[in-house]
Amino acid sequence: MKNPLKNSALGITLISILLGLFVGALILLFIGYNPIEAYSVMLNGIFGSVRYLSWTIIYATPIILTGLSVAFAFKTGLFNIGAEGQYIVGALTAALVGYYVPMPTLLHIPFVLICSITAGSLWGSIAGYLKARFGVNEVISTIMLNWIALYLNNFFVLNEKIKRPGSEATNKILDSAKIIFFDVWKKSPDGQAFRKAHPFFNDIFRTPANAGFLIAILAAVLVLLILNKTTLGYSLKAVGFNKDAAEFGGINIKSSMISSMAIAGGLSGLAGAVQVTGFTREASALAAMEGYGFEGISVALIGANNPIGCVLAGLFYGALKYGGSKIQPRIGAPYEIISIIMGTIVLFIAMPKLIRMMKITKKKEAE
Amino acid sequence: MNNYDFDQIAVEMKGITQKFGSLVANDNIDLTVHKGEVHALLGENGAGKTTLVNSLYGLYHPTSGDIFINGEKVVMDTPNVAIGHGIGMVHQHFMLIKPFTVVENIILGKETHKHGVLDMERATKEVMELSERYGLTIDPTACIQDITVGMQQRVEILKTLYRGADILILDEPTAVLTPQEILDLIKIINNLTDQGKTIIIITHKLKEIKDVADFCTIIRRGKKIDTVKVADVSESDLASMMVGREVSFKVDKEESEPGDIVLEVNDLHVKDNRDIPAVEGLSLKVRRGEILGIAGVDGNGQNELVDALTGIRKAESGEVLVNGNNILGLNPRGILDHKVSTIPQDRQKRGLVLEYSIAENIIIENYKKAPFSRKGWLNFPAIREYARKLVKEFDVRPDDENYISGSLSGGNQQKVIIAREISNNPDLLIAVQPTRGLDVGAIEYVHKALVAQRDKGKAVLLISLELDEVINVSDRIGVIYEGKIVGEVKAEGADENEIGLMMAGGSNS
Ligand SMILES: Nc1ncnc2c1ncn2[C@@H]1O[C@H](COP(=O)(O)OP(=O)(O)OP(=O)(O)O)[C@@H](O)[C@H]1O
Ligand SMILES: [Mg+2]
Repeated sequence: MKNPLKNSALGITLISILLGLFVGALILLFIGYNPIEAYSVMLNGIFGSVRYLSWTIIYATPIILTGLSVAFAFKTGLFNIGAEGQYIVGALTAALVGYYVPMPTLLHIPFVLICSITAGSLWGSIAGYLKARFGVNEVISTIMLNWIALYLNNFFVLNEKIKRPGSEATNKILDSAKIIFFDVWKKSPDGQAFRKAHPFFNDIFRTPANAGFLIAILAAVLVLLILNKTTLGYSLKAVGFNKDAAEFGGINIKSSMISSMAIAGGLSGLAGAVQVTGFTREASALAAMEGYGFEGISVALIGANNPIGCVLAGLFYGALKYGGSKIQPRIGAPYEIISIIMGTIVLFIAMPKLIRMMKITKKKEAE
Repeated sequence: MNNYDFDQIAVEMKGITQKFGSLVANDNIDLTVHKGEVHALLGENGAGKTTLVNSLYGLYHPTSGDIFINGEKVVMDTPNVAIGHGIGMVHQHFMLIKPFTVVENIILGKETHKHGVLDMERATKEVMELSERYGLTIDPTACIQDITVGMQQRVEILKTLYRGADILILDEPTAVLTPQEILDLIKIINNLTDQGKTIIIITHKLKEIKDVADFCTIIRRGKKIDTVKVADVSESDLASMMVGREVSFKVDKEESEPGDIVLEVNDLHVKDNRDIPAVEGLSLKVRRGEILGIAGVDGNGQNELVDALTGIRKAESGEVLVNGNNILGLNPRGILDHKVSTIPQDRQKRGLVLEYSIAENIIIENYKKAPFSRKGWLNFPAIREYARKLVKEFDVRPDDENYISGSLSGGNQQKVIIAREISNNPDLLIAVQPTRGLDVGAIEYVHKALVAQRDKGKAVLLISLELDEVINVSDRIGVIYEGKIVGEVKAEGADENEIGLMMAGGSNS
């Protein structure tokens, strides 16, 4: 007999996803919509054309990065609720550096990314420092830092000298800082001609397809390497698993906490930079949190805190977000159903015991 | 003793085989336990004792074999099934909720309520009735974190009784107890069997088996060797059956030849967690080529002393010199760099990262050094090769350096730590309860290793609650009482009673 308690995390994740979609269908049915219709609209909205796929990837990019941020912190024993704030700081930095510091493209893009990573890192390490020095729980400090980041963002963005006249946002970043593929060329006569000849690329160029996804994958690989192949990852994970043993073994657990939050913050800051340089091209005043950081928590959970898992989970979430945005205009079903589905999935993943129990009973019935 | 009834079989396990991958932890084991009997399981570290009782308690699912409880065949799917059949288990490592009170912990999961409201009064009364009936004295309103390990164990036992257990499994209950607490536990076990309970107990201490058990089943490398009537065999019979060779309980060693002073502690003061002075003006010296043993009753400042020596805890005042350099105030890394290595007393808390493999744990103090890493990149082949060597040398079972430490048996976890610390080649080796949870064969090995360190000209500070061990292994013995060394004797020909008197605070004659 195989041990039923040893079911893989992957199995539980897949079952949770199915359950989430099932609960979503039930609710749709309950409020008077045809779930099959809704889901086929969604599926078609994701896979129906190259353009849709491109949008899906664009939607997925920032949350893959915030997911990596949360997952990294989690692997080292910290709960980074602050991805949201680190994202905001990173986005703001990118918007400002992307506009005020003109440079040649080859330099400008890396410079913007590095500045945003640094800003996110600093923001994250504040929470790490507070925990190491004063024992402040990182959950509380990062929540507060999220709000501070939001108001800091609004303070800068709405400043008369920074604000773009007639808007509630910064000036659009310079072309040299954009990571959108062929952004200038694709609008030129040459580009237009090429697009006419190649409908496939035309479809892609109609979206702000950008290098963000590649950056996110690179980041995932980097996180994987750090965690599994470096002395830094070794010590951070040791602290995460058992800080008493790590301390006894001579690892400085205080500086570990700070490094870990700095790296996590850097990833979220990068998420902000990628979003600005690849999509929005500006930082705008925020009335409320945008949610990229919080979505990152779901992504990390669904991705089982594994970098590759985060990429897949981010794509899944991005697809739901983008595909889901089409059900309201088409059949009138509320967009909020996506949040319900995601919430349900996360809930089931957080309750692996429940699923294991269901599996055991199923097995018994089968016997 | 002798409460058992040969006509009633409480537990019968037939042909139990448990495989973990390619490892056969239990190999076709039969076990018969009569009602009212105390049945001991004896075997080397990693022999498969915990695995066997985990199957009985529904935590593991044997690859093959059947379990009968009171003659009825039962499939132990989950611990709840086991509990339903009157089985209770106290684990090797306790599972209590620290901030909760004693009663809250006992009733957890089986709360009595009135109209949905927790009926604390009735619960307390029920718990107290049980406690009186079996002589398990407790303070029902104390929080778990404030009571001693011995008390916590009583809470665990009461918890099983509260759930109606008739068959109690105790996995190494005495490993964490002080000698006095062990005597109390033996009394409790006798009370339990007097009232018809059946006990399965795992212990490495042969004397305890002689003291409480009626029968003993010996397991070696997953196979059952024999079940014997304890009254018919001697301690050394048991030892050789379990290890498969003669075991010497005496440590053979030459006269020590002390050299320069390695560790010197002067007038050390350290406070405990509650901010109460625990070490109060302690002084001692350990020289090259000698083993200083610290004897004492638990809670007389041993833990705080070790914490201060290892840099985990700040000292209030005093001086700690290693090879003439003051190490007080350094962090653990700094102290390691002064060639001080420590075998900690709590292997799961301080000793190991359970999620890490053996190899990863072995390098925890040296992962930044060549050849284990270069420029921040870990060198896995070198790490594994080194770990493989130590695993062989220290006979860690299974001999697989990639094995996850948390899956090792308790004693093998301890061996990993000992291997790591000794192979650091320190000038000063601090060994705190180094043989806790080890089988007699492994104890013999560790004692020899400590003496070998001494003979290599190292200084060894041995801190143990077991007076036998201190007397056997040390060259000199310092007795700690209320945070001070109150007396010192030569180990050779030491008088146990004299030391015992000093440990209890009597005058040092
Ligand atoms: N969950 C598990 N997964 C893999 N291997 C395991 C697991 N549990 C136990 N083992 C292995 O099974 C063997 C028997 O372990 P067990 O814990 O039963 O030993 P033990 O007799 O209780 O030893 P000790 O006296 O040291 O506690 C060991 O080699 C151990 O590493
Ligand atoms: Mg065991």
